[in-house]
Order: sequence, then structure tokens, then C-alpha cells
Amino acid sequence: MTRQIRYLSPTGILGVGFSEDHFRAALSRDLAFIGCDAGSTDGGPANLGGNKPFFSRAAVKRDLRILIIGARSIDVPLLIGSCGGSGGNWNLNWMREIVQEIAREENLRFRIAVIESEPPREALIEKYRAGKVRALDPAPAIDEAVLRDADHVVAMMGAEAYVAALEGGADVVLAGRSTDAAIFAAVPVARGFPPGLCWHAAKIMECGGAAVVTMEKPEGMICTITDEHFTLEPVSPLQQCSPLSVAAHALYETADPYKMLEPGGEMDLTDAQYDAVDERRVRVRGSHFKPLPYTVKLEGAAKIGYRAMVLGGVRDPVILEQFDSWFGGLKAHIAENVEAIYGPSIRGRYDIHYKVYGSNGVLGAREPHPERIGNEIGLLMVTLAETQELAYSIAGQAAHMVLHHSVPQWEGLLSNLAFPIAPHFWNLGEAYKFVLNHVVELDHPLELHPIRYEEA
Amino acid sequence: MARLRDIAKLIRTKNAGPFQLTLDIMFPDARSYQHVVASGVISKPAMARFFNVAESAVKLFNYAPGNAIKVTVPRLVPSGDPADTDLFGGQQFGPLVDIEVSDLS
Repeated sequence: MTRQIRYLSPTGILGVGFSEDHFRAALSRDLAFIGCDAGSTDGGPANLGGNKPFFSRAAVKRDLRILIIGARSIDVPLLIGSCGGSGGNWNLNWMREIVQEIAREENLRFRIAVIESEPPREALIEKYRAGKVRALDPAPAIDEAVLRDADHVVAMMGAEAYVAALEGGADVVLAGRSTDAAIFAAVPVARGFPPGLCWHAAKIMECGGAAVVTMEKPEGMICTITDEHFTLEPVSPLQQCSPLSVAAHALYETADPYKMLEPGGEMDLTDAQYDAVDERRVRVRGSHFKPLPYTVKLEGAAKIGYRAMVLGGVRDPVILEQFDSWFGGLKAHIAENVEAIYGPSIRGRYDIHYKVYGSNGVLGAREPHPERIGNEIGLLMVTLAETQELAYSIAGQAAHMVLHHSVPQWEGLLSNLAFPIAPHFWNLGEAYKFVLNHVVELDHPLELHPIRYEEA
Repeated sequence: MARLRDIAKLIRTKNAGPFQLTLDIMFPDARSYQHVVASGVISKPAMARFFNVAESAVKLFNYAPGNAIKVTVPRLVPSGDPADTDLFGGQQFGPLVDIEVSDLS
């Protein structure tokens, strides 16, 4: 009989919810493990920079409870990557506490591996000095200060950390920041299945059941890998994979459809072939993996200030037919007003970002038809300043200036903005930016990813 | 004339990490894929204009195994920056949907 390995990815991201019935039905003792990705940079830099989880505690706990009970019921490992959304130490510990809480509530005993991914800054700076931090294209310019002063920096671990944690006896692996595919490639590669197939499958499986033809709601996927191919089958009997849906997912969120860099090598999908097995299953063959010197990607977030915002709509046709000139005058008026209050030294110490919905709010400078304005436009103004108080104050002034900004055809006091929310301007808290798009060369795969164990 | 939406089964953009934006255009079969590739509407110069970046910054892949065209460009500003208009990069393909392509005969 052809040897094979099967595993389950119940959802594309922990905390988004999935059907418990489909999950339970998919549980079977021939599964080698259950994997789940819990993170993304899609929510922006505040998740990592500001110690914020990607989804609520209640939502994450709901999904985790089902996964832990399910994995323990068939005694297979549960691997969770990029805990807490960004995999920073705070986020990782946040999830560790939830897992411990579930274990107590459900009266379960198991061994947890916690793998950190926030390296000591001195270690990173040492690597930088040794020329072992390399920019990806495109990347912001960095220096030692960026590595030292960023609020949080994580290194995306590869598959080796998961394998080591399982060798250490873990039933549940809680990993800090990890490549999404590493969660799912680790066990199949360690068991000697062809690395090209393992990594390609992992790249698709990390999104749970997202590689289906039509995703009505997120459900899971089961992957079966042999020495010749891998096969994907949605756990929901109502969902189907097609060669197009699977190939589309191989491309998803990647810069290059042929080559994808992972710690320790590169996927090469040039010869990949996608074939339908039946109405619901797709088989893939021909994927390769080329080993390369071991690097891990760094992600860093740094605070850039505080924000506040105003949101309102303009419906006056007289304004809309001359919107550009009116809006240009308004922005100048707001700048003058801010300077009148705070003095000329305020110049350069604050920003207002205007987004005009109904004109070019979505595409910005790329909008080919900014002049096509409909019956109304939505005006979003986000202020950025070094303190929350200043950002809030400038938002309030900007709101007031828009409200009463003159329109040449009208006389008397105007109210130009319809505000949908009261109060009509409000604080947004700290703002962060991503400051790294770099890889760091490691001497060995676990160099930046210490593993510790605890009993639940 | 047909529009790209009449021929493709999927047109989307998404972040490829916080610093790049990637466009996927997927076709139902090799024939429609090859027709659009041959039409030249999705070319490096056209995509440089569309995404407002230098032509040298455009990566364009005709991905035959998936009947897909993929274009990757640097983001004008990183994801989540104050000047960013699309955190996930999910709606940047909009105007491409209706670009004209010769009919698939």
C-alpha cells in the first residue's frame, strides 16, 4: 500500500469561527496532527506594535476549546502558529493563558510547548553588525536604532521549531510568529514525504478551507500527502475544490507564483499540476523544494504617534460640483487654523490624512476617475500627532472647519458635513508602522526560537 | 469588445506582506488564459501605469499551471500607514475589471 500522511486544518485563522459539527466529523485517528494558523500582518502594524490580539478573547477561546477537546479526543498534536495574531511575546502569553483556562475548565491534562519568537534586541543588532540582516525587496532603510527602538520585533520561525517541540513531547504547540506554511509542513517533512509537496500543500492548507470554489463560510480542509502527490478535500460535504480554486490559493498573498521563500529553502511550483479527482477533491503533483541557507523573516512595528478621526458626508450638490476647489481651500484653511492656535512650531509635528469616499477614497492617487462624484461623498479625516490630546484637538478643529467652510454660491453660516456618529470626532489611540522587511541568517534553525514546556 | 470580467473567473488584489501588493487574474481554461495573455492588455507598461509605479518595479508572471496572470508591485505606502487607503490591499484591482479585451472567438 502507498504510504501517506493526513492532517486537518479546521479554519484559516483561529478565532474566526467554524462549524463544530464538520470539525468533529473530520476527526479520525489516522490524522497525524491538527494545525491552525492564528496570525497575519493583514490587520496592520498595531497588532504586533501595540500588543493587541487579532480577534477577541471570547472568539479565540471558543475556537480553541473545540480544537483542544477534538485533538485530545483522538490523541493527536495540535499545532498553532502566530499566536495572538502577531506572535509577539505578549500575544503568545495571552493565548497560553486561554489554553490553560480551557484545560482547567475541561479537566484536561496535556503538555504544552511554548515557542517564543521575539529575539533579544542585542542578538539582532549583533546579526546586523555581522552583515547577517538582509533587506527584501522592497524594504525600508534600517539602522541599529530601528532594531533597538521598534516596539516589537518578531522572527518568523520555520518548521524545525514545531518538530523539536513535538520531539519534546508536546501535545499542544503554541508558537510565536511563524510562517503560515511551517505549521503544516513540519510534520510531513519530518516524516520524509517529498518536501516540495509538503510545503506546497502547507501553503494552501494554512488558510483552512479557503481553497474551495465558493466559500460561503469558513470551514476546514483535509490534506493527504503521498510520495507522488497531495490531495485536498473540504471537510464540509457542501463545499468543493476545483483545480482553479486550489491553484488560485497557491497564488494567494504571494508575490511570485513560482517561487516562495521559506526558512531553509524555496518552494518551486513551476511544474505543479492541478487535477480534479472528483467533484470535490483536487490532486496536485510536480511541486519542488530547493534547500537554501537558513534565514528567517523579521517583522517589526514602531509607534509613530496617536490618532483621532472625523467621519462625515457631504450631500450639497453645489459643493459636489466644485469639490476639488472647495476641498483644496478647506485643507489650507484647516492648516491655517491649527497654526493660529498652536503657533508656527506645530508645522511638521502633525498630519491630517484625508480620504474622500465616492471620489478616490479607495484607490487614492491610482484612481483613474476621481472626477466621477455621485450624489454624496464621504469624508474621513484622520489626524496623527505626538500626543493623543493634540491629535484629538486637531480632529475637533478640522471637523469644525469643514462644517462651516464657505461655499461661494451660498450666504450665511453653513453646516457642510452630515455626521453619522456622536460624538462626531474621537480618539483612535496609538498608531504604528511596519519598519522591517528583512531576513536574518541563522547559524541553526532554533537560534532565535527558544522552546519551553509546561503542563496543563 | 469583451471586458476582462467576462473572461476571467477571478480578479483580485491582496497584500503580499505589508510592502507589496499582488494582483491575481485567473481564467477557467487555457484558451481564455492564452487569449488574454496574447491580447497584451496585462503588460508590464500597462500595469506600471495602472499601479502608478516604475515599469522596472513591476513583476509580471504568466502562470500557465494555474491559467493565471499574476502581477506584483511595491505598495505606494506600506500597509497600515496613515496614508494607506486599503489595509488588506483587497480593492485595488477595481478599474481593471472593466478594461476591454477583444472577444474570445
